[in-house]
Amino acid sequence: MADERGPVHSSLHPSVHVDGEVVATKRVGGYRHLTLTAPGVPERFRAGNFVAVTVAGHVARRALWVHRVRASSAFGPTLDVVVEARGSGTEWLAAQPVGARIAITGPLGRPFALPKDAVSCLLVGEGYAAAPLFPLAERLRERGCAVSLVVSARDEAHLLSALEARRSARSVTVLTADGSVGQRGTVADHVEDLVRRSDADVVYAAGPHSVLRSAAAAAERAGAWSQVAVETPTPCGTGLCHGCPLPVVGEDGVERVVRACAEGPVVRGDRIRWDALPDALGHAQ
Amino acid sequence: MSAHLPGPVMVAAGCGGTGRELEPYAGPDGLAGLDLVTRSITLDARPGGPGPRVVEVPGGLVNAVGLPNPGLEHFLATELPWLVRAGARVHVSIAGATMGEYADLARRLSRAPGVAGLEVNVGAPDEVGAGLFEVREPYHSASVIAAVRREFPTDRPVLAKLRPDVSRIVEGARSCHEAGATAIVVGNAVPAAFPDGRAGGLSGPAIAPVALRCVAEVHRALPDVPTIGCGGVHDLRSANAYLDAGASAVQVGTALLHDPTTVARLRAALSPRPDARPEETR
Repeated sequence: MADERGPVHSSLHPSVHVDGEVVATKRVGGYRHLTLTAPGVPERFRAGNFVAVTVAGHVARRALWVHRVRASSAFGPTLDVVVEARGSGTEWLAAQPVGARIAITGPLGRPFALPKDAVSCLLVGEGYAAAPLFPLAERLRERGCAVSLVVSARDEAHLLSALEARRSARSVTVLTADGSVGQRGTVADHVEDLVRRSDADVVYAAGPHSVLRSAAAAAERAGAWSQVAVETPTPCGTGLCHGCPLPVVGEDGVERVVRACAEGPVVRGDRIRWDALPDALGHAQ
Repeated sequence: MSAHLPGPVMVAAGCGGTGRELEPYAGPDGLAGLDLVTRSITLDARPGGPGPRVVEVPGGLVNAVGLPNPGLEHFLATELPWLVRAGARVHVSIAGATMGEYADLARRLSRAPGVAGLEVNVGAPDEVGAGLFEVREPYHSASVIAAVRREFPTDRPVLAKLRPDVSRIVEGARSCHEAGATAIVVGNAVPAAFPDGRAGGLSGPAIAPVALRCVAEVHRALPDVPTIGCGGVHDLRSANAYLDAGASAVQVGTALLHDPTTVARLRAALSPRPDARPEETR
């Protein structure tokens, strides 16, 4: 079932630190989409993994969700990342032109666990952090799962690829807080109803902590599993610095703190001690 | 009495994870033969502090990670055997709340197979290492070193890691060496504050000139005391600055968080440097 994990991911698919290149860049609404070559990274990628990039003049690195992986293109295997420019580091990244070289480490973290059977899945994402749900939707569809996708954002400019979503999912629901497109409201307003209507066996969520929490809670009430991709500032992304504490309850029922980058970013929703997790952590700029 | 000095490139305490996370980036030999200082191990498990634990500032990072570690028992049962199997030369960083705890840690680690040496953390910024034995005074740090040295075989190194902001760094280095420290590691996070005022420790290139001055001072005053430079080492030039100032080795910490292959690159670049690597000391 969806809570089962294979062996530790890193031992099967060791990450690599490579010199990548920007091969395409485009503005999409409030975001910048970068297509990168990163030899060895796309080949090892599984949905839910992230990459960390070294930013010139900064010590900490920036973790980026992978939105799409292409096994082959004119440039060989590539990966697409979504950047929201929120500070000097992400502004630098968003401004990188075609041809720029960027040091990339990846794939990092534990990916989404996939169900063994063709079950019904609800994928709930908000903002740019919904990115990992797109490759996940493709994997689930390949397994014959019925995929319902919810993409939400504060407004239309921050909605991630609703059009593309329609290609990967059986049904797509668009939510915007300001009602500029799709239904008006937030994930918290609608998730209960969406879980019920999709008859989901597994709920996958990616977005701010409030979205993950409400999705995990709705799943639990409906008797479904949940897998959430936690976004917490990860100064190194590789598990070296222990700088991204994630309070969880272990399989043994004991409360502990794990690293969001190494033991996450994908964690079972019912394992997170939400009250110990600040809702608005200071994100790396 | 002799002890092999580690180096010339080491992994600094707290920046190598459990070792597993570093292995994919450690180069063709992996961790084999690499002098790795573990994160600080305490007798009892410590969960570490609340987030955010690490914040970027110009030229470095401010951290208040809080020495998260599984405690000695768990470390001996899991992390240490793994590191030994991976071929690392394991220097266990130890931190204690009392002198007795330091001695206890040293005694039990002296019997653990595969421990190449100890590094005594006598320099964590107070608030970051909350609950640790106060060792800022040279007399106190020397007492801790003496207690550790009594419990640990003399043919294996005991490194004393001092903070670079203490006013009497030379005195601290001398008293630690006289108390039995094989070498003095100069450099650790310097007491600092997060942008919101919370206490933490500053590391990275910003503190390199501070630590470098300490290394140079210690080396000038105590040329026979081996020193190991730690603070802002990220490339050949920054490593050479310490070696040229008299350090016998450098430790790489924060740079690994920026680029996990830093140690592999520096190892490759610095390995053939026998003149900067005295075989025996003391």
